[in-house]
Amino acid sequence: MASYSTNEFKSGLKFMMDGDPYTIVENEFVKPGKGQAFNRVKIRNLKTGRVIDKTWKSGESVEAADVMEVDMEYLYEDGEFWYFMEPDTYEQHAADKNAVTDVIKWLKPQEKYIVTLWNGAPLSISPPNFVELKITECDPGVRGDTAQGATKPATVETGAQIKVPLFVEEGEVVKIDTRSGEYLSRA
Amino acid sequence: MLHDIRAFFAERGVLEVETPALSQAANTDPAIESFPVDNAGGPLRYLHTSPEYPMKRLLAAGSGDIYQIARVWRQGESGTRHNPEFNLLEWYRVGFSYQQLIQEVDELLTSLFSSLPGALQKKSKIISYQQLFLEKFGFNPHTVNHADLAAAIDQHISGLDVNGLTDQAMLDALLTHCIEPQFDNKRLTFVIDYPADQSALAALKVNEEIKEKKEDKKDKKDKENNKGHLVAQRFEVYLGPLELGNGYQEETDYARNQQILARENRTRMQVVLHDQHDDQQQAKQAKMPEDQYFLAAIKAGLPRCAGVAIGLDRLLMLIANKKTLSQLINFSWDKA
Repeated sequence: MASYSTNEFKSGLKFMMDGDPYTIVENEFVKPGKGQAFNRVKIRNLKTGRVIDKTWKSGESVEAADVMEVDMEYLYEDGEFWYFMEPDTYEQHAADKNAVTDVIKWLKPQEKYIVTLWNGAPLSISPPNFVELKITECDPGVRGDTAQGATKPATVETGAQIKVPLFVEEGEVVKIDTRSGEYLSRA
Repeated sequence: MLHDIRAFFAERGVLEVETPALSQAANTDPAIESFPVDNAGGPLRYLHTSPEYPMKRLLAAGSGDIYQIARVWRQGESGTRHNPEFNLLEWYRVGFSYQQLIQEVDELLTSLFSSLPGALQKKSKIISYQQLFLEKFGFNPHTVNHADLAAAIDQHISGLDVNGLTDQAMLDALLTHCIEPQFDNKRLTFVIDYPADQSALAALKVNEEIKEKKEDKKDKKDKENNKGHLVAQRFEVYLGPLELGNGYQEETDYARNQQILARENRTRMQVVLHDQHDDQQQAKQAKMPEDQYFLAAIKAGLPRCAGVAIGLDRLLMLIANKKTLSQLINFSWDKA
């Protein structure tokens, strides 16, 4: 397996530690005038999402992680697994509950998602920043009230609960920012 | 800034000099890596990491006070405040003590930072390495034992594995992670009197610092331990937490200079033997050619002097009010 020396550390680098895959969030090189240099690094556990501080003696190395980010289309779920497909090869990957937990409320068949593969298996799924989803349930629209920012709760086709302006009707398709979960506009 | 520096030294009668950047010898310091350069099939040459060796040859030849503004190279030193290729201002004052040189560094930096609003509102502080550790951790860095150091790291630095770290490396970690970040932004801090094995080519002296605490039993013991302990007559200067330069009372004794280079090379080999599972071949490669011309010059006689090197890119970064070197340098390491 390839390894990375601390000299090669930079944001986004994926490596293994204690059996888990990690990515580097922030890397800082510190060194006294004479003496041992260190790399002070913030790293994110790709399984749990937890960010921790870690310090390496400069010159040490870490094992590279076989982690890839691939665009895939979501197909369906069978109650145990969620299935994604690589559009070019039609290769299918089954993601378990852990991998989809964060994204489950934005999963819509035929939409594209970024699937992080670790040793070939889905580790986590990121939704696109913006999705367009149909409103399946909300109170009737109120005409005329287009400003003022008053909102009402609505449920979209994937099951996510969002807040929409009063004028939005059931059955309409709206654009949502998945990072904040906020309504942006009618699609 | 370069103009101001040259004017500063012209006024004081310090001569500007140049020395070669590509040398047959390399820096033996285990914590500094020289760049090797192919030489048409001949023995490797090395880019200098500082002009120290040849400048001391000039001093031994009777140059008197000299300074140099040199481009230098150090492998692997890359970060927001490090660039492997950088500019160093190095100068030597014949007959100076390092305390006198601290005074001169203070004057130079004060004049260069005069345009910086609020940077030097407070008077510079001179504090010993020992005092820093006593204040922050309550132990004496010259006498503390391995277990106490490891415990301090455990408590104050998350995610650092102390396995394979020497006591000195642990002190380095505590200094860079816990002490330096707390230096006052409004003044220069001079840290003096480093552990003897961090002397580089500085002269040693007997540590005279005596703890002024209540004389309980433990203190008494500490004091006894401390008595006769050697420290390096060395200083580092910081503005806030940012280290700017490193100065020495230069070691003039030939035998000791020779011992230091040999010891540094031994340390280099030990580190490799430890990390590479006793690979003798690699250990041999870690050994750097010692500068024989430099040693010959010391043997001929280096006058008593003090010298200091200051990183000019960092100075300019402060003066230009930038947060990182890459914002300052036209084409930083990854784009060079």
